[in-house]
Amino acid sequence: MTDPIAATSNYEVDLGNLMAYDPSHHVTAAASNRAELREACLQKATELAQAVADVLFALSPNEDRDGPIVRLPPPATRLPREKHLPKPKPPTKWEQFAKMKGITKHKKNKREWDEQTKSWKRTYGYDRVNDDRDIPIIEAKATDEPGVDPFAQRTEEKKKRVEKQEKNRLENLKRAAKVGALPSHIQLAAKALPITGIKADLPKKSRKEDLESVAGMASTATASGGKFDESYLVRNLQSILANIESFSLWLKEKELVAKRNSNMTKS
Amino acid sequence: MVAAIRVPKSQRARRELLKHAPKLVETNKKTLILHGTKTSAVLNSVLSDIYHLKRDNAVKYTKKNDNIRPFESGGETSLEFFSLKTDCSLIVYGSHSKKRPNNLVLGRTYDHHIYDLVEIGVENYKSMESFVYDKKLAPKLGSKPLFAFIGEHFESAEELKHLKEVLLDLFKGEVVENLNLGVDRIYVCTAISPTTVYMMHCALRLKRSGTSIPRMELVEVGPSMDLVVRRHRLPVESLRKEAMKTAEHAKKLKNVMKDPIHGRLGKVYMPDQEVGKLTLSNDIKGLKRERREAKKNKEHSKKQKVNSE
Repeated sequence: MTDPIAATSNYEVDLGNLMAYDPSHHVTAAASNRAELREACLQKATELAQAVADVLFALSPNEDRDGPIVRLPPPATRLPREKHLPKPKPPTKWEQFAKMKGITKHKKNKREWDEQTKSWKRTYGYDRVNDDRDIPIIEAKATDEPGVDPFAQRTEEKKKRVEKQEKNRLENLKRAAKVGALPSHIQLAAKALPITGIKADLPKKSRKEDLESVAGMASTATASGGKFDESYLVRNLQSILANIESFSLWLKEKELVAKRNSNMTKS
Repeated sequence: MVAAIRVPKSQRARRELLKHAPKLVETNKKTLILHGTKTSAVLNSVLSDIYHLKRDNAVKYTKKNDNIRPFESGGETSLEFFSLKTDCSLIVYGSHSKKRPNNLVLGRTYDHHIYDLVEIGVENYKSMESFVYDKKLAPKLGSKPLFAFIGEHFESAEELKHLKEVLLDLFKGEVVENLNLGVDRIYVCTAISPTTVYMMHCALRLKRSGTSIPRMELVEVGPSMDLVVRRHRLPVESLRKEAMKTAEHAKKLKNVMKDPIHGRLGKVYMPDQEVGKLTLSNDIKGLKRERREAKKNKEHSKKQKVNSE
């Protein structure tokens, strides 16, 4: 009984999604009884499932330790993505400069030989090679002023360098965020949500289109829809004249108002 | 003072946030299940059933949210915020009112902004617990389901076309290339009218048949309900175009030939040399001699000057 039915209908099988669709089926009188509808649906679904299985099990399986594994084709029905395509990170200021100058990166070793202590020390972190704080003696130069502390000077300079580096890092991240390539674990405070707020509370910069639409809405927000506002007329004279109906209506209304006024003055 | 760059303090939090980064090929979409101010018993059951079907990659909120109004311009900000915080791109929002009883809003997001919405009403609902069947046939959690869509209305009616796409997105599970042949569940959706879909969830039984292809048998296990499409919002065309973009395929390398003997070969093309238009380099011997002699003469004249002084 099922054979002639299967032969006539062509099912669309999307193997990537394991989906089968019968576009030619009509649910006619089956809608009468719930149980009958259910039976009919189950029967049709069995046929469709069989159609998918026919194609699926026909693929050659590779034997894996968990059982036969089959390679599915990519899905036929295209579904929208959930996030934008990953954008490449724009090069940082240093990377641009290095490219221009032809400076290549060289890998640093984790440990370096320290001549002073005659031992292998780390290049960074605790007990590192050229630590600024380990310098015991700074020789006085001819250019040194009497009251200046050279050690304090060195710490000041280091602080300044660190601040500059942080500023540069922020600039690089801002530039990446503008393109849309900010790394997902970093959040820039300027765009971050306030503690109690939702996105709606952030003051958004109005765009030109938004302002134009709001201006349009505001100008027609009078009781008569802005038809008798002079500024509205001046701005949209062309479109109004083009629509002669509304223009004649305006003329008629003007006449009526004038008549009413004259009647009032009369009486 | 708030730091300008906020980074998570622990490595675990950092790894979790790195999972939220956009990928070239997307495989898994997480679902957020929540409800509004008022829900009915039926709707609670529906939401918990959907959560059980999608246990591994779904988040279910238990509190009521009264500031969510889908289909209204200001009422979706909360949904977008939750989508951002939980990294979910599929939203199932349930609510119950006199005008819209047993209302489910299925929504999808793109970049954590609402992409499209379908509002459906649930009727004739039968929960998962009410079905009696052999427990050995129960489909395993996380197995890839089959889909059976029946009815011409899925092609002709706009709302049903949209609903079909959303249902596929919601229940399809992880997109994989290699599949083990342990398929054990199927979602059956029949379009019984231009606005209604009768949805069933069945377990598959593979019976021995003569050939290598097993015979399919369906056993109803899961929730079954009638979905009546009430409202729907299609995505904005520009957003749709952007969301449908696929990853660019690697460009075909030109001028690269593989030779079994010599390995990779490429042709070097030399442009025609126009001898008459060539510029002379500074390395020519004649020029060098001239310059050398000019230098000598200059020094000689300098020395003479110094001597005279």
